[in-house]
Amino acid sequence: MEPLTWTGSLGPVLNPAVATAAALAVLIWLARGVLGLIRAPVPAGVGTVTPAGLPATAALRFAGLATVALALAYPLSGFVLPAPEAGILGAMGRQFWPVWLALALTFAVSIRWKRRLALYGKLFDSPIGMVGYAIVMFWVFTALFADLIVTQDPLTQVSGMKNALPGTPVRGAEGAYYLLGGDNLARDVFSRMVMGARRVLAIAPAATAFAFMVGITLGLPAGYFGRRLDTGLSFLANLVLAFPVILLFYLLVTPEIRATGIPVALAAVLFLFPVVFLTILWNSRFFIDPRRRNLYVGITLALGLWAYSGLAFNADPLGVWSMEPNLLNVFVSVVFVNAPTVFRIVRGITLDLKSRDYVAAAQTRGEGPWYIMLWEILPNARGPLIVDFCLRIGYTTILLGTLGFFGLGVSPESPDWGSTINDGRRLLALYPHPAVVPALALMSLVLGLNLLADGLREESLRD
Amino acid sequence: MIGFVLRRTGVIALTALCLTFIVFVLTNLQPNLEKLARTEASSRMSEAEVAAWIERNGYARPMPVRYGEWLGVVPGWTRAEGGTVTGRCTGRAPAPAEAPRFCGLLQGDWGYSTVFKLPVAAVVSRSLGHTGWLMLWVVIVMIPTSLVLGVLAGMREGSPTDRTLSTVAIVTTATPEYVSGVILIVLFASATSGLSPLLAEWGWISGRTLFNGTATAAMEGITFWNFALPVLTIALYGTGYIARMTRASMTEVMTAQYIRTARLKGVSFPQVVMRHALRNALIAPFTVIMLQFPWLLNGVVIVETLFNYKGFGWTLVQAAGNNDIELLLACSVVAVVVVLATQLISDIGYVLLNPRIRLA
Repeated sequence: MEPLTWTGSLGPVLNPAVATAAALAVLIWLARGVLGLIRAPVPAGVGTVTPAGLPATAALRFAGLATVALALAYPLSGFVLPAPEAGILGAMGRQFWPVWLALALTFAVSIRWKRRLALYGKLFDSPIGMVGYAIVMFWVFTALFADLIVTQDPLTQVSGMKNALPGTPVRGAEGAYYLLGGDNLARDVFSRMVMGARRVLAIAPAATAFAFMVGITLGLPAGYFGRRLDTGLSFLANLVLAFPVILLFYLLVTPEIRATGIPVALAAVLFLFPVVFLTILWNSRFFIDPRRRNLYVGITLALGLWAYSGLAFNADPLGVWSMEPNLLNVFVSVVFVNAPTVFRIVRGITLDLKSRDYVAAAQTRGEGPWYIMLWEILPNARGPLIVDFCLRIGYTTILLGTLGFFGLGVSPESPDWGSTINDGRRLLALYPHPAVVPALALMSLVLGLNLLADGLREESLRD
Repeated sequence: MIGFVLRRTGVIALTALCLTFIVFVLTNLQPNLEKLARTEASSRMSEAEVAAWIERNGYARPMPVRYGEWLGVVPGWTRAEGGTVTGRCTGRAPAPAEAPRFCGLLQGDWGYSTVFKLPVAAVVSRSLGHTGWLMLWVVIVMIPTSLVLGVLAGMREGSPTDRTLSTVAIVTTATPEYVSGVILIVLFASATSGLSPLLAEWGWISGRTLFNGTATAAMEGITFWNFALPVLTIALYGTGYIARMTRASMTEVMTAQYIRTARLKGVSFPQVVMRHALRNALIAPFTVIMLQFPWLLNGVVIVETLFNYKGFGWTLVQAAGNNDIELLLACSVVAVVVVLATQLISDIGYVLLNPRIRLA
């Protein structure tokens, strides 16, 4: 079989068109940026938008939309044309069909009812936020439907496919291609990238959520009570923050350290916080209604301690919750690195909010300190915390990639993006594709999260 | 002011002690010691022999004592066995009797690197020299670029310039060093892809690639072609972050009353930016830049590994990967001192720069 080309039979027609539109868009974009700089029109008020850029903006929007529409023809062509004619982009577009479907559904539903969806709905008023959300959801759906998307098994090595170029047909299999080529061990780069999304998106948000639980549970009382507690906790947080991250990883994520039980001890402490947080949350809310309080706290404790026993000690009697020692080590170190920063943010916001009138009113009503912290201060701090949560998932993704890049704590088979970049970098100058594909994937996910956070920040500031 | 500096220095000294102790504990864990015994003596020793080796080399005593010895505040151990005296400090003098009682960090004795077969102090100072050049160029590239970008974006919030520059800043903060490094190498330093094959075909470059994919040659002599990519890789990630912070600070200053007053009394816009806004807008970025140094350390480790530049980061990776305990300890001390020193400078600098803060 012939190897696939990037753009297939559409290429000769579509390539010049896309190139022209994209070049035009970039030119206008740059020109607008430079023009806005040189020409300094007297603004109506300093710091407001000037209408001078309007025609350029309209032209930019047109050129940008044209580029996107034309470029979309590549992946969509995969649904119309057979594999050899559709090219690599077309074939990939077809593989991602569940993702396109899910994305279209999500956006249709969200935009239709965006007025009823509070902050989430407002996201669809900001183009930057929408782009970011689309990228993030693309990877989330990719992770969910990874089994449907992959073309090959991500661990199988096919002989003769070592460092194969993108679009090479698989030997001995009719109609099968290595869409993005083969890596150093003759495995399919495309399928590994897709499976890597699942791996990254399983760890990063969960680790970030744990770090937030730890940071919130410690930051609220530190900010609210202050004094000794604040001094002590802040000193501890600064201690962790003064460690260069990479050094901490090298000390915490080694095979030797697992024998000493330090990761398990850390996990035992860190994983307790979500349970504690939720218990205090329900207890303070329903303190005056013992029946509901007992129900909620009971459910939280039963489920929480069940998961806790499995995740931290690998001692779940039913065997549902468990975490490989490797993963536990990575997870714990990432939470440990992130938690102090969250602590500082929460503490700062609490210090600011505790002098508000509604806190004084709650104190006068005789509410307990934990009720005030969790049900008066925390909901009012949600804006900056949600924005930081998005940014921090991106940062955690970068950290996980760093760990993989140094080959720390992950099995060499693992398709996660960091270790694939690490594998690919040895032959980078000769065969760039095994390293560039996961690198671009990681970058686009983090970019999406950053754009999403930016959009959320803008929209939440607007109220 | 002096009281403030002293208090901060005290807290930082305490932090340094705690951190070095933690690092000491984490590097001297029992499994690490057993591994060290096997690599130093013989890989086929039995459990009992390993335990004996650990005992004989003074690793079997309590952790705080060993930490004190390493720091140089507790006398080094000695051991008389069959007429010969061995000890922590005996190697430092021709005869055991003349050996100093204390030998540790405070006496300038950093130990011996098992990987490089050299004194740790020599290894660390050599690698710091290499990294110093890297950092110097990163700072020269990164700080002016990011400040100019941030000020340009922030002086008119919401303008096309602002949108353009902010997008650039977001993209660079989303690109960690190991991604931008890979992309830069593929674009500019690969013989099969990116720009270099094109340029070579047109005859514009004499070699096979435009830039060098490794920075090993830069250790002898730094040229633009072997040093641009590593410097750019580190600088990119930080540039976006500092530019965003500068922009935020600048937009805040530009909405202040005194800027409006200056505009209303007829001062031209460039004058307002240069004379009135810039000074106040650059206070916050100063802190950010100082606190960025610990992150730069991260970037240095990644970039030196990627470009095979034998500086501090590369040494740290070698020490950690090869269980070189004393070298890793020394690297950690240097890293921790750098981080804490930048924190102290940022604290003091903020007070000095910001006229609104007065400390008794």
